[in-house]
Amino acid sequence: MSTLTTQDTFEALLESAPQNFSELRAAGKAIYHSLGLPAAKEEEYKFTAITKKLEKTISDFRAASPFSISENQIKESLFKGFDGHVLVFSNGKFLPELSQSIEGIEISTLDIEVAEVGSIAKAEKDVFAALNQASFAGGISIKVPKKVQVEKPILLLSFNQANEGQVIIPRYWIEVGDFAEVTFMDQSIALGESPYFVNKVVEVKGGINSQINYFRLQDEGNQVLEVSNIETDVQADARFTSVNISVSGDMVRNNLSLNLLGSNCEGNMYGIYLLNGKSHVDNHTNVDHTIPHAESNELYKGIFDGQSRGVFNGKIFVRQDAQKTNAFQQNNNVLLSEDAIVNTKPQLEIWADDVKCSHGCTVGQLDEEALFYLQARGIDKTLAKGLLLYAFVGEVLEKIEDESFKNHVVELIQKRLGSKF
Amino acid sequence: MLTIKNLHASVDGTPILRGINLEVKAGEVHAIMGPNGSGKSTLASVLAGREEYEVTEGEVIFQGKDLLDMAPEDRAREGVFLAFQYPVEIPGVSSTNFLRTALNQVREYRGQEPLDAVKFLSLMKEKMKLVEIDQKLLSRSLNEGFSGGEKKRNEIFQMAMLEPTLSILDETDSGLDIDALRIVSNGVNQLKSDKNATIVVTHYQRLLDYIVPDYVHVLYKGRIVKSGTKELALELEEKGYDWIKEEVDSAAV
Repeated sequence: MSTLTTQDTFEALLESAPQNFSELRAAGKAIYHSLGLPAAKEEEYKFTAITKKLEKTISDFRAASPFSISENQIKESLFKGFDGHVLVFSNGKFLPELSQSIEGIEISTLDIEVAEVGSIAKAEKDVFAALNQASFAGGISIKVPKKVQVEKPILLLSFNQANEGQVIIPRYWIEVGDFAEVTFMDQSIALGESPYFVNKVVEVKGGINSQINYFRLQDEGNQVLEVSNIETDVQADARFTSVNISVSGDMVRNNLSLNLLGSNCEGNMYGIYLLNGKSHVDNHTNVDHTIPHAESNELYKGIFDGQSRGVFNGKIFVRQDAQKTNAFQQNNNVLLSEDAIVNTKPQLEIWADDVKCSHGCTVGQLDEEALFYLQARGIDKTLAKGLLLYAFVGEVLEKIEDESFKNHVVELIQKRLGSKF
Repeated sequence: MLTIKNLHASVDGTPILRGINLEVKAGEVHAIMGPNGSGKSTLASVLAGREEYEVTEGEVIFQGKDLLDMAPEDRAREGVFLAFQYPVEIPGVSSTNFLRTALNQVREYRGQEPLDAVKFLSLMKEKMKLVEIDQKLLSRSLNEGFSGGEKKRNEIFQMAMLEPTLSILDETDSGLDIDALRIVSNGVNQLKSDKNATIVVTHYQRLLDYIVPDYVHVLYKGRIVKSGTKELALELEEKGYDWIKEEVDSAAV
């Protein structure tokens, strides 16, 4: 068994990292070494013992090589009614030859140095961001020019398979110009049963008055370990909306950070956890209000069955200058079994005095009275449960503005809840 | 239609019902009255199948079948309807979607074809008139933000949609103003036929001015201690429950 605390674990990965971005990688490596992997009691990873999990699950810490993917595999992976552009990744490597070019949008592999990579998802904030910065290979750069409205959604479709190497290190650099509009969907498909570790970083640089949606579906399977850092800068009058749906995963940690940098901007973070078995999903969100007159909305809903575990940590930081801030946060959870666990923690730090902030966390069981009411009208117990749980997460589903993605998620959820309605 | 024999039920080990006997025939209206805590609502809940009540003794036969053996949903599908004392608010479930699901589940159980959207809506429109319920209300989440009167009206509306054989109205009158009471009662009366029966559970006689019972039973300490006709209800209205309590309590000594 390896010992991760010595930092040797990922050495092979760091050694074999590509030669480009040499300064960036060197900086990432140094930060990685100084921070070290989270220790057992480390506050930020208190409920998600990722280091221990990696130690137990992963035996080969080298990067997984890209493998070939057929057109057919791509076609079969698209959900019903999907109408958009597809960008394909194999073990984190962007495959331009299998991806569609999108008119007016600049898409390339991250081989060429983009100067600003690492400027938004800063390595010093999280050791996994640092590790990614030091070791990523073959990521993507997407640039949506000013005033371009990308009418159809862009699907970032990743195929993951780990037979030889077990670490996948995707890195996305997304730039959306002033007044531009775009919707991304992020989905990964696991091929094979072997466990692997995904360490992902997505940086989104939004322009003023831009409109960006980032919809993500995590249903890769229960062999997946993942840490992701998604971070965005939201400029004046812009809107960024994240919807994150997690329905599986051995251990998944999502760090989502929104930096509200311009007045009258809006940052939205929505999510659903629907877990069973031994799945463990941790959503750590962070919204930083740096300027006056910005708004953030956050709503995460969780349903936990079996021995699954959910962690929610919602940080709202309102700086002294950020007067007239509106910041709302809510996390509601339903436990369906005795053995499911939820750890939920709102964390508000407010330095301005003229703000509207609210937060609320609840953990409960299915409302027995409501269940009886539905049964008393002739509705089968399983269906009644499904109806209530579906209604519970419905508020989040409504935030998904793309019909095909929404329908796909709805279908997944209904299937999981054992009923259709 | 319904035969209750020596029914005992308890909650968390505390006996509430201590030997109820009742026979209800098709076409009849029975009123169950009694002071607070006498077990009226418990009786209604036990009949509908609420889980926290444990039946410790006795039996309930509904149209030849053992009612106590059935899950709540099967009781509903067999034709038992409980109008809740406190209808539950269910955010996120639209009244219309809920009712269509319920109706089609009941129809499936009875071997009928499910109603398509068009037929369902036209049935709904027809039944809405019965209780003068606004369509806007039904496009909202089930009972969410409804006033007390709207909730009770919605109960009777659901009853009209599901066409039960045995309706149990649990304190449906409580908290209603006279107009609402009239509307609700009117709905119940129109649904009455010689094929179905109604059990009205109430604390007050007032409701019985509108829904006229064939029999009135007084429940006290978990037993039916007195039965009569609607005149008994008037007597209770005038004299209260104390005289009955005294009668029973002194007999027990």
